[in-house]
Amino acid sequence: MRLSIDHATTYQFAGPVRQGLQRLRLTPATARGQTVIAWDIACDGAVVEVGFDDEYGNRVTLVSLTPGAEAVTIRAQGLVETRDEAGVTGRHAGYLPLWHFARETALTAPGVGVGALIAGLAEGAAHDRLATLHVLSDRVAAAVTYAPGHTDVATTAEAALSAGRGVCQDQAHVLIAAARALGIPARYVSGYLLIDGRETQEAGHGWAEGHVDGLGWVGFDVANAICPDDRYVRLAVGRDYLDAAPVKGLTTAVSPKDRTAAARDRMAIALSVTAVSGA
Amino acid sequence: MTSELPAEPSYDEMLEPDGTVRPAYEGYRRWLEAQPAGHLRRKGVEAEAFFRRTGITFNVYGAADAEERLIPFDPVPRIITATQWRKLSRGIDQRVRAINAFLHDLYHRQEIVRAGRVPERLLRDNAAYLPQMAGFTPPGGVYTHIVGIDLVRTGEDDFMVLEDNARTPSGVSYMLENRETMMAMFPELFTRVRVREVSDYPRRLARSLAACAPAAFAGDKPTVAVLTPGIYNSAYFEHAFLADQMGAELVEGSDLKVEGGRVAMRTTRGWQPVDVIYRRVDDDFLDPLSFNPSSVLGVAGIMDVYRAGGITIANAPGTGISDDKAIYSFMPEIVEFYTGEKPILPNVPTWRCSEPDALAYVLDNLADLVVKEVHGSGGYGMLIGPTSSKREIAAFSAKLRARPDNYIAQPTLSLSTVPIFTRAGLAPRHVDLRPFVLVSPHGIDITPGGLTRVALKKGSLVVNSSQGGGTKDSWVLDD
Repeated sequence: MRLSIDHATTYQFAGPVRQGLQRLRLTPATARGQTVIAWDIACDGAVVEVGFDDEYGNRVTLVSLTPGAEAVTIRAQGLVETRDEAGVTGRHAGYLPLWHFARETALTAPGVGVGALIAGLAEGAAHDRLATLHVLSDRVAAAVTYAPGHTDVATTAEAALSAGRGVCQDQAHVLIAAARALGIPARYVSGYLLIDGRETQEAGHGWAEGHVDGLGWVGFDVANAICPDDRYVRLAVGRDYLDAAPVKGLTTAVSPKDRTAAARDRMAIALSVTAVSGA
Repeated sequence: MTSELPAEPSYDEMLEPDGTVRPAYEGYRRWLEAQPAGHLRRKGVEAEAFFRRTGITFNVYGAADAEERLIPFDPVPRIITATQWRKLSRGIDQRVRAINAFLHDLYHRQEIVRAGRVPERLLRDNAAYLPQMAGFTPPGGVYTHIVGIDLVRTGEDDFMVLEDNARTPSGVSYMLENRETMMAMFPELFTRVRVREVSDYPRRLARSLAACAPAAFAGDKPTVAVLTPGIYNSAYFEHAFLADQMGAELVEGSDLKVEGGRVAMRTTRGWQPVDVIYRRVDDDFLDPLSFNPSSVLGVAGIMDVYRAGGITIANAPGTGISDDKAIYSFMPEIVEFYTGEKPILPNVPTWRCSEPDALAYVLDNLADLVVKEVHGSGGYGMLIGPTSSKREIAAFSAKLRARPDNYIAQPTLSLSTVPIFTRAGLAPRHVDLRPFVLVSPHGIDITPGGLTRVALKKGSLVVNSSQGGGTKDSWVLDD
């Protein structure tokens, strides 16, 4: 399937910015299941400083805000040809060993909630990771109901579990935390999803991947109870959302004394993912 | 309970057991014996005044008033012969080559782990291993631009490595000031004894750093800047001193920003790109976008510019994994793995408390051992068995049982002694040696000598300046 993506992120600052940076992981790479036909990032109120491939293989673009700007818009646009690979994205690559993806992070630290979620799965995990990940995915869906507005980017897996609701990012974090607690390397994926009948979306998507010997990385989208297919585009991966966030920023407000001004920035996302006819 | 000498007699670097002067000190002793009585004492007072004037001070963390104080300087030099130095240099060179190869491997294919020579666990549970460095090769392939290897000596030819300081070793300003002081106080001594020069260290450092310029550098001469955490840092004096001596800018995080795809510093001519940054800021504070987000000591985005080839960071982030004390115990294997040679300089025997048998031995023998925190430095958080009370040992034993993997243990070495000048004349005191090593694509450059730290208290084995140690000028004799 050929997907056309138009993703604009706008930050409205509380006042003119003095200085600021945004680290963008907004460039999908051609990989198993997806071929990037065209892609471009355009900035309004910011300029590109450098681009590089990070430790996960993600393409990173660092942009600096134009001093005095009161808003910045970052727009990523492009065409990606996708193929249904039943969630399998392939063997582990890069220089970070698999154990790195089995280490807990602050957002995915396991506690009593994760402990309860993985009850009875230890033995299965040792023999059949794939089946275990499917069971886990179902359990996460039941334990954390999809409900926007109750969690934010700093919500931990445990907090989402005790709240019993969250968004795709929270569900992915819970699945990652649970997989790791069972010794299965797991990672976060940020990306896009074509939603039938909805041309505009309010946020990008996020899901999890677990590592299965023989298959490599396999995706699990708890929110949609599915392994990603040709409606999905992967943007970036990492141990959790913080590593793979499409936009991560640091802003110095107009007055350095008023650091909270930056915290009051308002962010708006205009995203459309549509299927187009191929060439 | 504080001045028990180990039972084994220490190696006296100046005198043979029968009292004859060893070859290294012959020239010095002839000169010394020709000095009028009281001369050296008067010079000691002069030296203190000299240091006050030059302002070498050192903040001691944890001191109640945290005031700056002078590190005591002893005017009797520590002398190493040309032959001894040649062997030491070969050993240091080998070790530093191995450390750089090890770092490149750890942040790439990890062959040494695959080969089973270093356990994966040591990396997995180690905060000094920075994933942000994975798959990246620093400019020129150099990780440790400046290394300060701590050596101890127990016999004529027995030098051992106590620590590999591969992050941001400090103390080089003392090496330089000590020599300057000696030359100012005893100019005629240096005409009698031929001592190899150390004063060109800042020039060599500047040259070595410049040779590591990043891909983005264009021009005649790379711009080098020294990044300091600021005036409250214990080594601020050294940062300012080295910047001044190198003719480099001394900057703080607030003087730097990402601009034009480079890291730029504020100058009187506006923002100018920096090619090489000699940072004296710890990894965690280097970039709030990559590490500790609340840090104001570093530069946001510097890691992005670094990975994009726009700046050289010296030493490279993540080098701390190589001087970690748990890794230290594997250094003999590491040297052999990467150089294919037997280590020229041995380690001090080390028990890894993470291993049950080693832990049991250490717990049974705490009174004879030195126990160190794996991630500690500066002599903090350690137990020196022979000088500790039963109560201190019991308390430490509990800490050790609670977190064995946090500790390593070593025997209390009978460190060599060099005389210091006391009211009662010359008296032997324990010393160590920190040579300073520069690494660039052009090679490894070891300044002849280094910093000799001396435990001023009789019998004490703790030479750290933060624990009341002093320093000496360190001589390497010319052939």
